[in-house]
Amino acid sequence: MVAFVIRRLLQSVLVMLAVALIAFTMFRFIGDPVNSMLPENATAEDRQTLRENLGLDQPVTVQFTRFVSGVAKGEFGISYRNKRPVAEMIAERLPATLELVLAAAVFALLLGVPIGIYTALHPKGVLSNILNIGSLIGISVPTFVTGILLILIFSVWLNWLPSFGRGETVQIGWWSTGFLTVSGLKSLILPAIMLGLFQVTLIMRLVRAEMMEVLRSDFVRFAKARGLTNRAVNFGHALGNTLMPVITIVGLQLGSMIAFAIITETVFQWPGMGLLFIQAVSFADIPVMSAYLVLVALVFVAINMIVDLLYFAIDPRLSVRA
Amino acid sequence: MTAQSKTSPLLSVRDLSICFDTRHGPLRAVDGITFDLAPGEILGMVGESGAGKSLTGTAITGLLERPGRIDRGEIRFEGQRIDNLPAEAMRRLRGRKIGAIFQDPLTSLNPLMTVGQQLIQTIRTHMNLSREAARRRAIEFLGEVGIPAPDARIDQYPHQFSGGMRQRVVIALALCAEPSLVIADEPTTALDVSIQAQILDLLKRMCREHGAAVILVTHDMGVIAETADRVAVMYSGRVVEIGPVEKVVRAPHHPYTKGLMQSIPRIGSNAERLTQIDGAMPRLTALPTGCAFHPRCPKAFDACRSTKPVAVPVEGGAVACHLYQGEPV
Repeated sequence: MVAFVIRRLLQSVLVMLAVALIAFTMFRFIGDPVNSMLPENATAEDRQTLRENLGLDQPVTVQFTRFVSGVAKGEFGISYRNKRPVAEMIAERLPATLELVLAAAVFALLLGVPIGIYTALHPKGVLSNILNIGSLIGISVPTFVTGILLILIFSVWLNWLPSFGRGETVQIGWWSTGFLTVSGLKSLILPAIMLGLFQVTLIMRLVRAEMMEVLRSDFVRFAKARGLTNRAVNFGHALGNTLMPVITIVGLQLGSMIAFAIITETVFQWPGMGLLFIQAVSFADIPVMSAYLVLVALVFVAINMIVDLLYFAIDPRLSVRA
Repeated sequence: MTAQSKTSPLLSVRDLSICFDTRHGPLRAVDGITFDLAPGEILGMVGESGAGKSLTGTAITGLLERPGRIDRGEIRFEGQRIDNLPAEAMRRLRGRKIGAIFQDPLTSLNPLMTVGQQLIQTIRTHMNLSREAARRRAIEFLGEVGIPAPDARIDQYPHQFSGGMRQRVVIALALCAEPSLVIADEPTTALDVSIQAQILDLLKRMCREHGAAVILVTHDMGVIAETADRVAVMYSGRVVEIGPVEKVVRAPHHPYTKGLMQSIPRIGSNAERLTQIDGAMPRLTALPTGCAFHPRCPKAFDACRSTKPVAVPVEGGAVACHLYQGEPV
């Protein structure tokens, strides 16, 4: 198992280096930063001095090495637009996005897994059919449409929930949380539903398909033939064996939820990383964009790693082999 | 136990029919089979794939799934009708009174639970035992089925056992709540030939020691001859011949059984080729009229093409063939 973790870590480092290279090349496509940083009438000596100060006279490989070592220390440079360290800006925005994604994921799991189990156990039931059709709608309607509909119904018509922002937040160290205030929690509901709804249908359909497959397997038939209770068969024997693919997909979806939070954050003006990224794009704020790219990649790599480790926790067959 | 004992039967199947509701109407896969099983007896059920032998076993355990259903006849177990029991009552019988063993030991065990967990769970479902007592019983059973060092191996997972060892675990699981009937569906088909005999011996010994009767479903006549007291030969959903195994093997009556016996290779026989029964078993959608075997039967005559034969007694058993006359059993 230790060998597996080390191998996996090395792979992750390679992936991150590749991403860093892409993030690094973004700078080189936008033109010479020296031009935009100095006034029009700067002399050639001024340019040369700045170039040397910025290290731009060094070979590309040296520049890349410095970029990577900076990124590794959490230094992403200074935002062109805000003139503030990018790391600081991201640290401000990160909690909002992570809390949103966490809430959406919990919502998706709490709804998706039980519905999936129910529809698998009662494949011909009326309720199952309704849920299946409902999930088709959920999977085919674009998320921004559901978001706007949610705002229309719950904010505009019913006036129950806020339509934008995070509400009041509480600082815990550098982390700002909306979980501890009423307005924070109320603000979280609609964006979390919008971001999680697609995942609900995905998880539900996945759990349903996997569970139905497992229910047909020999060991479930044998468990039934031993007279075990339905509860023991369905939840003790069948459910555990459906979890592997579910964990894989949920893990991957967690990553893409962070990436796709951009849309939700735009619809709800949620002050997270996605909104920061969208603003950065419209201003061609390269340091912010490249930092976002590296960060999202890091989240994906980390989640994949955790998913692989979870396999060991669930499946005894793996822990022995490694 | 030999032949049919005169005591009241443990299991009594009467005119059992199983049909599948399909879009093109019901298909009858098992058609009016009747047999008794005495306590402790081993009944072999032999036939080609699709003859209905596994389905019969499934129906007895009450695990028939839609669209399959029992549409006629009855199954009595210890005198009580069980084919129409409510699901919960039937569940209590399974494992406790009627055990089952499936074909593939590699897929019969839950890969995520230790064999001990699976044994203890089964024992405690049916018996009022503490966790420790159930664990002791589980270790005892693993020892009985020939797992070396059972107190260590009880905490291992199925993948840590070989195929033969896993089938031993399966046998322990099927018998750990002391059922009086075990339905073994092709218990050795998925195993190495060298292991098959061991597992059959074990199954036979365990059932004898625990007083369980066995319905041994297989397509291997050799397995039946080695293991069973009586044999029921099935063809196209019907029992064509039933009787004590030595009688049926040595002097079969039904032309189909005769064909089966001739197709078994024998040591010492000089025949260049094995005789085979021409043709294949008819599909359920295209059953011939009369006796289902007549298109392949060398001795078919007019009656075979028009009327279904009923079972008539022959020495010790019964045969369903127009060649034999007598009072229907």
